[in-house]
Amino acid sequence: MQTRKKYIFLTFLASWLLLFSFGGHQLRRFAFFSGRKAEARRNWPRWTDRSLLKNFADPKELQSDGDPSLPSPRARRAARLSVYKNSRCRMETCFDFSRCEKHGFKVFTYPRERDQPLSESYGKILTSIERSRYYTPNPEEACLFILSIDTLDRDHLSGQYVRNVDEKIRSFPLWNGGRNHLIFNLYSGTWPNYTEDLGFDIGQAILAKASFYTESFRPGFDISIPLFSKDHPQRGGERGWLYQDSIQPKKKYLLVFKGKRYLTGIGSGTRNALHHIHNGKDIISLTTCKHGKDWEKHKDTRCDKDNVDYEKFDYQELLHNSTFCIVPRGRRLGSFRFLEALQAACIPVLLSDGWELPFAEAIDWGKAAVVGSERLLLQVPSAVRCIHPERVLAFQQQTQFLWDAYFSSVDKIVHTTLEIIKDRLLPHRSRSRFLWNTLPGGLLALPDFSTHPGDFPFYYLQRGSSPSEKFTAFIRAVSLTSSPSQPILRLIQAISGSQYCAQILVLWSCEKPPPPSGKWPQTAVPLTVIQGRRKLSDRFFPYTAIQTDAVLSLDEHTSLSTSEVDFAFVVWRSFPERIVGFPTRSHFWDAEQRRWGYTSKWTNELSIVLTAAAFYHRYLAGEGPAGRGARPHPAPPPCSLPRYYHNLFTEYLPAGLRELVDGLTACEDILMNVLVATVTKLPPIKVTQRKQHKETVPQQVGCKRGDVGTPPAGERSPSPPRSPPAKVKGTAGAAGSRRFSQRQDCLNQLVDWFGYMPLVSSQLRLDPVLFKDQVSVLRKKYPRLEKP
Amino acid sequence: IMCASAKYNTRGPALIPRMKTKHRIYYITLFSIVLLGLIATGMFQFWPHSIESASDWTVEKRSVHDVPVVKLPADSPIPERGDLSCRMHTCFDVYRCGFNPKNKIKVYIYSLKKYVDEYGTSVSNTISREYNELLTAISDSEFYTDDVNRACLFVPSIDVLNQNALRIKETAQALAQLSRWDRGTNHLLFNMLPGGPPDYNTALDVPRDRALLAGGGFSTWTYRQGYDVSIPVYSPLSGEVDLPERGPGPRRYFILSSQMALHPEYRSELEALQAENGESVLILDKCTNLSDGVPAVRKRCHKNLVFDYPQVLQESTFCVVLRGARLGQAVLSDVLQAGCVPVIIADSYILPFSEVLDWKRAAVVIPEEKMPEMYSILQSVPQRQIEEMQRQARWFWEAYFRSMKAIALATLQIINDRIYPYAAISYEEWNDPPAVKWSSVSNPLFLPLIPPQSQGFTAIVLTYDRVESLFRVITEVSKVPSLSKLLVVWNNQNKNPPEDSLWPKIRVPLKVVRTAENKLSNRFFPYDEIETEAVLAIDDDIIMLTSDELQFGYEVWREFPDRLVGYPGRLHLWDHEMNKWKYESEWTNEVSMVLTGAAFYHKYFNYLYTYKMPGDIKNWVDAHMNCEDIAMNFLVANVTGKSVIKVTPRKKFKCPECTAIDGLSLDQTHMVERSECINKFASVFGTMPLKVVEHRADPVLYKDDFPEKLKSFPNIGSL
Repeated sequence: MQTRKKYIFLTFLASWLLLFSFGGHQLRRFAFFSGRKAEARRNWPRWTDRSLLKNFADPKELQSDGDPSLPSPRARRAARLSVYKNSRCRMETCFDFSRCEKHGFKVFTYPRERDQPLSESYGKILTSIERSRYYTPNPEEACLFILSIDTLDRDHLSGQYVRNVDEKIRSFPLWNGGRNHLIFNLYSGTWPNYTEDLGFDIGQAILAKASFYTESFRPGFDISIPLFSKDHPQRGGERGWLYQDSIQPKKKYLLVFKGKRYLTGIGSGTRNALHHIHNGKDIISLTTCKHGKDWEKHKDTRCDKDNVDYEKFDYQELLHNSTFCIVPRGRRLGSFRFLEALQAACIPVLLSDGWELPFAEAIDWGKAAVVGSERLLLQVPSAVRCIHPERVLAFQQQTQFLWDAYFSSVDKIVHTTLEIIKDRLLPHRSRSRFLWNTLPGGLLALPDFSTHPGDFPFYYLQRGSSPSEKFTAFIRAVSLTSSPSQPILRLIQAISGSQYCAQILVLWSCEKPPPPSGKWPQTAVPLTVIQGRRKLSDRFFPYTAIQTDAVLSLDEHTSLSTSEVDFAFVVWRSFPERIVGFPTRSHFWDAEQRRWGYTSKWTNELSIVLTAAAFYHRYLAGEGPAGRGARPHPAPPPCSLPRYYHNLFTEYLPAGLRELVDGLTACEDILMNVLVATVTKLPPIKVTQRKQHKETVPQQVGCKRGDVGTPPAGERSPSPPRSPPAKVKGTAGAAGSRRFSQRQDCLNQLVDWFGYMPLVSSQLRLDPVLFKDQVSVLRKKYPRLEKP
Repeated sequence: IMCASAKYNTRGPALIPRMKTKHRIYYITLFSIVLLGLIATGMFQFWPHSIESASDWTVEKRSVHDVPVVKLPADSPIPERGDLSCRMHTCFDVYRCGFNPKNKIKVYIYSLKKYVDEYGTSVSNTISREYNELLTAISDSEFYTDDVNRACLFVPSIDVLNQNALRIKETAQALAQLSRWDRGTNHLLFNMLPGGPPDYNTALDVPRDRALLAGGGFSTWTYRQGYDVSIPVYSPLSGEVDLPERGPGPRRYFILSSQMALHPEYRSELEALQAENGESVLILDKCTNLSDGVPAVRKRCHKNLVFDYPQVLQESTFCVVLRGARLGQAVLSDVLQAGCVPVIIADSYILPFSEVLDWKRAAVVIPEEKMPEMYSILQSVPQRQIEEMQRQARWFWEAYFRSMKAIALATLQIINDRIYPYAAISYEEWNDPPAVKWSSVSNPLFLPLIPPQSQGFTAIVLTYDRVESLFRVITEVSKVPSLSKLLVVWNNQNKNPPEDSLWPKIRVPLKVVRTAENKLSNRFFPYDEIETEAVLAIDDDIIMLTSDELQFGYEVWREFPDRLVGYPGRLHLWDHEMNKWKYESEWTNEVSMVLTGAAFYHKYFNYLYTYKMPGDIKNWVDAHMNCEDIAMNFLVANVTGKSVIKVTPRKKFKCPECTAIDGLSLDQTHMVERSECINKFASVFGTMPLKVVEHRADPVLYKDDFPEKLKSFPNIGSL
């Protein structure tokens, strides 16, 4: 043993010595010595005369890059119009912006013709547009036109293929070469080549098409939309499948695919290779040869075994249990499985070279999907294994956000398409990529309100900022006396005592003129009286006068103390995107009547905060930024007719829905809560209140429907929770129960309009840290909240 | 698997197999052969090679005029013109890049040559100063390789930055004879000034076949989206003039135009704006009567007034960048450097690095036809947004415009991101200025989700040897309806946990995990046994919490799944006398921490605590056997930017039997230690992440005048 070791040792020693003596310093170049290799790396030389080198261009030439002999800009623009047409269309050459200037962004749909076949999906698209706030029935006002001819399926072998489109289009007087038209398409071309051709001349129309190929995509002009099935819901839409965030996602599978394997023809290159990555453990890639009528003709040796394996796994089960899903091209570039994976929070691994991804103009897909290359299929397993768990978690959440914000219903897909086009009309008032790709998404962050993220309640954390330290109180008064009523005077006193109050606005909603300024109390903060329209949703109309982030919405009958206001505002600063307020209500599913119920009983839950006393961000019902911003013209003098400003309430909802609210008394609270819950997906916040609101029926003088937002006594009295409210009439008069059923109707109509129930319940209330603790009141910051 | 993070198997095969003595000779022979082989390899492979390379490369001190001359025959091939349909998947050979653990492309630079035509006339200037800087930057970067066989991207040393300085056909011929040209596949050309009179094409006119173009003046019709890279036109003033950053805010002028040689039509439109809006608009032009020796490029004039350029740009809020003969203008770089918000008026221009930079945050783009409305359009930009745009403009210049190096590296990074999309740099990294990156928070649990109640929570009890108390805790906690699993972390290595039969019988699974070392951080380990999102960390002596209190805590956590939800709250305060942080456990109106003696939180934070805790905090806590809860509070507040939620009035974990804790809490030294922890952690985090709030969460009907039996959580309230 010993001798042997000695021999071996000596041999090694000798060999190394020899090697060093012969080529010692050359060894540095040897691949093993990578550390030293850097020194010997042959870098770009440091030229001795590098400081003498000439500049790439003469500074003067750089600064005066003009040539007087060139055609005038105007002439160049005119020439451009004739050159860049059809396949080279861009907004500036093929779109008539002037049509959108007078009436804004209005969309017209051609009247549907009776004998015209219309697929279910196209019917949904048209309905979405007609329901949107941009719809106009008048072609004179329109900026964008949508055909009533179904152009979704342009595969001429399909049953839904519409013939003679060219002829029909030419007969439309509004067609105008396709200018300002938007054409939707899901399928183009047919076997065997599946070209991008639609079978008719789209001229200068914008094409919103699924499975767009980058080469035929006109950037900044066309829009790529996702492929969706005819069962895709019109509105609302299913939520994503991610109910929980988990790190090191302990899903059963890492990567899955289950689908057809094309043996021949377009797309077969990728589909035919997918089975190679199957490992039977955490990577499941199953293919079947069965598709089409004559698959057996092309059948190869794998087919039989593959077909057997294929049946062993359920597609839905795989979607649910995998971290990544392969989304390869089919015959066309896009497939249903893209949206399916997105909804399932299964991170899409795209293998579809040249696919212009859906809404890529707005959406940053790098945050939600792995854009692979068909050529590098075999690298996919190792690539996805290397993605850090944190990133996987972020990817998963982003898929859910994108699904819910832009894809879960036909309404969302269509509205996203329209908003992208609208953003192009006024580039300086359009959304940055940040707004599109951050919760709550571009459809809910309206650039008409502001293009500055700091003006929205959603981005404080991402931007490292916080909401302003003051609020504006906004009191809606309806009494008809010539002097302000007692409660409102008390309220104004209490509010103005708050250290956080910046100003008080009184919206005088009666036909009679407001009391003269002498009748109002003297306050430390400015008090402004504005005269408004007499509609209920007035309160949510943003007035230019609001300059703080927070708005405290109040009714004249509300009774609040300064401490309550102070505490609630401090709480709001922690939850600026939610409604934070005092009296609350809740909703419940009434199984007997099979509809949603609304209750004002004392319950252990809450989902609605009444706007008779609530803080919220002015974006949710506020106004555009103050100062020189947001106004194309100089500010109107104070107290003139209020200018309506854009915000979520006034802009997001179509006029029809606002009319509904105006028509139904006391619906505004519910609408406001539903709207905010749609945006935040979270419940409102209740803060503690010294005592319940005064339980008197407010004076019903003057204005009809005088007591907005302050439900009558009957609704207020404590009664056992969980009993269907409709049965208990109690002391509430006929007026009370009418109001009540109106509210209930309103809730149900809103749910119908949104397509789902957005309200979320909460079981908690926020109190001051020492609330009702047995400790000296002197130690407490808000002792007055505890007084009986 | 070649992940960068993967652990490699360090145990190789045994080098020397067991053998019998009689095989000795055989092995000696074998080794001799190996030895000879090694020597031979050394002799014949490295020796000659190294001599050759040494002669080539050790001579660093060379002039650009000494480079080899290459003569291009008149009939040498010319590449195809350039394919407008090229995209990464059609014209780029990804196989050259391959999969590599660093996810970095390898870039090769051809050595410098001087190209002459048949008559010996040179084809272009050998190399410009800027192109030399660019190549030097690439060569010094991580992307560089000197091995042409391993390269994924090739950068010719033929300088085509300025099309006017070269002969188009001959340059194309020079490209075509590059050793790996192969129709330009994977070749990257940098060009800043494309086109020439009279039509000024918006892309380099040199035929280049499939080569990628990093171009400085693309229009939407010549730019191949996802293939080409749009780059800035470098302004040499960036290197010459030092303009210190100016704080954002209003400037003397509202709109400024500084360009010379504007088309008369543009100029008249600008002058109309000036006539309408008076002094807030300043239109400058070149100076006509400068004394000799004053460089014209550094002065601008308005009537008789002379201004320094580019300093004057800092005097205006908005600076107009109009197209000239070309779309890309060097003035854009000067404007950004001055922190002036560029107003870009150049229809169809593809802005520099638009693939990754969000220009809406830094610039206003106005269609040429809307020039007359420019003033009112700019008036509509909110002041707060203007200030951000000023900062953003300056940041774009600093990061992507200021030097040829910045331009080169951004270009390579963009191409790199396309090839390794799963390792791509995020939008925030590209666009957020350092100040925002530093102060902003990206919550890892950003999706608003209320986890289903049915999932329940896993209680983790860390215990050492207090078995009796532990069993009581287990019994108490098991009464909570939403408990789905109980995990006991047995932190005592010297003693075995009690036998199975002795443990309390409870309705949910109970698991015991034994640890290798008695460490506090074992409480926050992401055990595989935790299957729920919600974790309740609870000490083995916390028996005073009622079932209602715990269940309510869980319900509150469901509404705030990204926060710590706990019972007794604590506060940090700034001690003005000592100039440091102080720990406070008295009755305060504010809270900033909750104790983790009993607290709900997301399992993800266990993962963060174990693997991503900044600095040495984790080890420090283990060594000091204290402050693991403060560390957890810091960690969560730091990644989420949010406060804790204190539930119910409870102030202390007080119970008749367990005076120990209370005694400890009151102990002065304990308070001092806790204060020290806060100061230590604040210095490691580099900031004080804790958020102070004035609220706590109670059940909706807490202390309301309402029948207790109708309340969901009646048994809440003792302190």
